[in-house]
Amino acid sequence: MPLSELANPHRFLRRARVLIPALAVFALVLIGVGLVQGFRAPADYQQGEMVRVMYIHVPSAWIALAAYTLMAIASLGTLVWRHPLADVAAKAAAPIGAAFCLLCLVTGALWGRPMWGAYWVWDPRLTSVLVLFLLYLGVIALWRAIDDPSRAAKAAAILTLVGFINVPIVKFSVEWWSSLHQGASVFRLDGPSIHPSLLQPLLISAAGFAALFFALHLAAMRNEILRRRLHTLGILAAAEAEAR
Amino acid sequence: MDLGPHAGFIVAAYAAAAIVVSALVFWVVADYRGLERSIAELEARGAKRRSDR
Repeated sequence: MPLSELANPHRFLRRARVLIPALAVFALVLIGVGLVQGFRAPADYQQGEMVRVMYIHVPSAWIALAAYTLMAIASLGTLVWRHPLADVAAKAAAPIGAAFCLLCLVTGALWGRPMWGAYWVWDPRLTSVLVLFLLYLGVIALWRAIDDPSRAAKAAAILTLVGFINVPIVKFSVEWWSSLHQGASVFRLDGPSIHPSLLQPLLISAAGFAALFFALHLAAMRNEILRRRLHTLGILAAAEAEAR
Repeated sequence: MDLGPHAGFIVAAYAAAAIVVSALVFWVVADYRGLERSIAELEARGAKRRSDR
């Protein structure tokens, strides 16, 4: 399906009505299966039962990075291709990405305290994820600070694209600098280093988190389209009332 | 199930996940219902976009 087909808000809303509940159910099933398998898997030989936190911490981190990447692509859509739904997609993804980023930070702190002896350390990975969270808040604040939606969309798109430099920094921080955080153990050139009994539930849970993100994102995009419709109706109602 | 000596941290992490996901779901659903209600009110008062006429 070409992206231009979704440029029509009516068509988008029609498809969203079907996709949102389907994705939500899919997410619920996948996350449920992933967590059940995760809690049945053997404990980690070093971390013991604390490895159970991985099934929510790692997917949250991946979604936080993926959501920002989606926002960056949508920002290009706003600035370069001027797709009518690009800024809607970027604006709708920001609070959801911020929430998953916050969840990543909180679950990471709860994982870090028993494993590292501290909730927080100014480690390159942790600090770059905190910067990602602050970028999310900055983009949300910028959208709210500018009244004109098209100016707000352009300003938020520029900030998003500038902030995208932080995404590879988050990913490679554990390789570029000495870090307390463990290195990549799933997306590696020589294959995952996690035992399959732990990897399988992690991937299922991550697929569930991805489906949940897309369900929430579509729902938030639908809301943003309705908000703009409400704004237009409000202006027309005011103009008609004045003309009478 | 015995979650070991750090059970509190594991439970707290899952509670945080439940709170964040619930808050997101509540936010999109409440926002949607509020918008639908406001649009219906305006349309009931006769407001229509040119494309709807």
